Amino acid sequence: MFDEIRDLYQEVVFDHNRNPRNFRVMEDATRKIDGFNPLCGDRITLYVKVNDNVIEDVSFQGSGCAISTASASLMTEIVRGHTEEETHGIFELFHSIVTGEDQRTNFEELGKLAVLAGVRAYPARVKCATLAWHSLEAALKEDAETVSTE
Amino acid sequence: MSFDVAKIRQDFPILAETIHGKPLVYLDNAASTQKPRAVLDTLRQVYEHDYANVHRGVHTLSQRATDLFEGAREKVRAFINARDLKEIIFVRGTTEAINLVAQSYGRSKLQPGDEILISAMEHHSNIVPWQIVCQQTGAVLKVAPINLAGEIIMEEFEALLTERTKLVSVVHMSNALGTINPVKRIVELAHAKGVPVMLDGAQAIPHMAVDVQALDCDFYAFSGHKLCGPSGIGVLYGKEALLKAMPPWQGGGDMIRMVTFAKTEYNVLPYKFEAGTPAIAEAIGLGAAVDYLQAIGMDKIASYEQQLLQYATERALEIPSLKIIGTASDKGAILGFTLHHIHPHDIGTLLDQLGIAVRAGHHCAMPVMDFFGVPATARASFSFYNTIEEVDSLIDGIKQLIEVFG
Repeated sequence: MFDEIRDLYQEVVFDHNRNPRNFRVMEDATRKIDGFNPLCGDRITLYVKVNDNVIEDVSFQGSGCAISTASASLMTEIVRGHTEEETHGIFELFHSIVTGEDQRTNFEELGKLAVLAGVRAYPARVKCATLAWHSLEAALKEDAETVSTE
Repeated sequence: MSFDVAKIRQDFPILAETIHGKPLVYLDNAASTQKPRAVLDTLRQVYEHDYANVHRGVHTLSQRATDLFEGAREKVRAFINARDLKEIIFVRGTTEAINLVAQSYGRSKLQPGDEILISAMEHHSNIVPWQIVCQQTGAVLKVAPINLAGEIIMEEFEALLTERTKLVSVVHMSNALGTINPVKRIVELAHAKGVPVMLDGAQAIPHMAVDVQALDCDFYAFSGHKLCGPSGIGVLYGKEALLKAMPPWQGGGDMIRMVTFAKTEYNVLPYKFEAGTPAIAEAIGLGAAVDYLQAIGMDKIASYEQQLLQYATERALEIPSLKIIGTASDKGAILGFTLHHIHPHDIGTLLDQLGIAVRAGHHCAMPVMDFFGVPATARASFSFYNTIEEVDSLIDGIKQLIEVFG
């Protein structure tokens, strides 16, 4: 059962949903931003610590579906240690994958992002996967307003 | 069961669809209902044989279209037992009907400090139009609270009904909770203080016989598409005396009697509120939907759906991690629920894989979600063409997805 949907709900997704990584408030964050998906009510508060152009730490709080929680959790692991420019590049890559602009199937070079590639077959769920990432982009731009997926 | 649901299902071509290789189990009827062949055939017949603009031409086709269009108005009048055809105004849907009342009745009557009273279970379409008119006039929006079962707390409602209250607008049946409000009592209480009452009937009208004279409500709004009719057509019922005194809302063709650049004389009811070419085929299609439903019988539909709801509720309670949101004692066939640790969006996507269509989200009732402390719910909403077997599919599907989530 649910065989066909295993490309979306992979074990890694379930794992990150059950035990989201870096799911905590960060007291010494240099940037903090609230993201909101008005379509489904998903909310995220993203904390970022940037030091000398490098993302030293990322964490999040909030409530959302398995896809959005896993995406946020994976994101915190993926971008840590990268420069802001590199992170922007990862965002662009991620965005093009989940929106289906980038149709590559060689997932090796995508690394952990490959887990979320399955979302591109479910257009209704793309916004779930991108909420955390849009929030991160906005945080790096120091855009103080609440980020919306709309 | 005397209700021949197998035969009824034959009337709905879409119910033969398969989704992801599984038979469609359509449980999103509160969002929109499917259409019987009688409605589909009517739309085709209109466009192939009877279509022209209405109320204009002297030619045969225009007359034929006008007769069908006005015939649909009469069908709707009889369906809700309105006193007069003048009281049936065709609009786009419930939302437009409420906006019409807010902008025409509300905007012309409300003074700073006046109050409009709604309830805490309203759909956004029965909140936002009032917020807009409050901003325009300085009136204040008051909200009668609900209890944990999802029922209006009537003592609080009464206490909020004061000499400042100029209009009450409440939902007849809640789209998120299924609650059927004691609208007759609400109308009595409001009228005792001289306050008119608008009822949002979008959810109620497909599930029960509605008699606007028995309810004695002043305005009643509903949408065709939730009533097995086409989208883009809906109805505002209003008492003639009120409608007559109200200024027009939109200006244009059809709503005028005489226009010069100096002055315009408005048309009589109901045309005063029907500016522009209406949704002609859709209105005629709504008439066909009303015929179809009345042939089955609204009381039979109501009692069959109650059996479905009762069975669905009993079976849902088999699932320990399932919480029903909306447990009013008087309730329509809507099962809103959450699952511990599984987000409604995931429920919706996974059930869809099994061919089961449910709604997941805030159901355009964010304040209701806030009240129950959930970001969203999953909602199975039933129609008279749903079956006991489909309820079983839903419950089995929920059990399967809980297993997958672990």
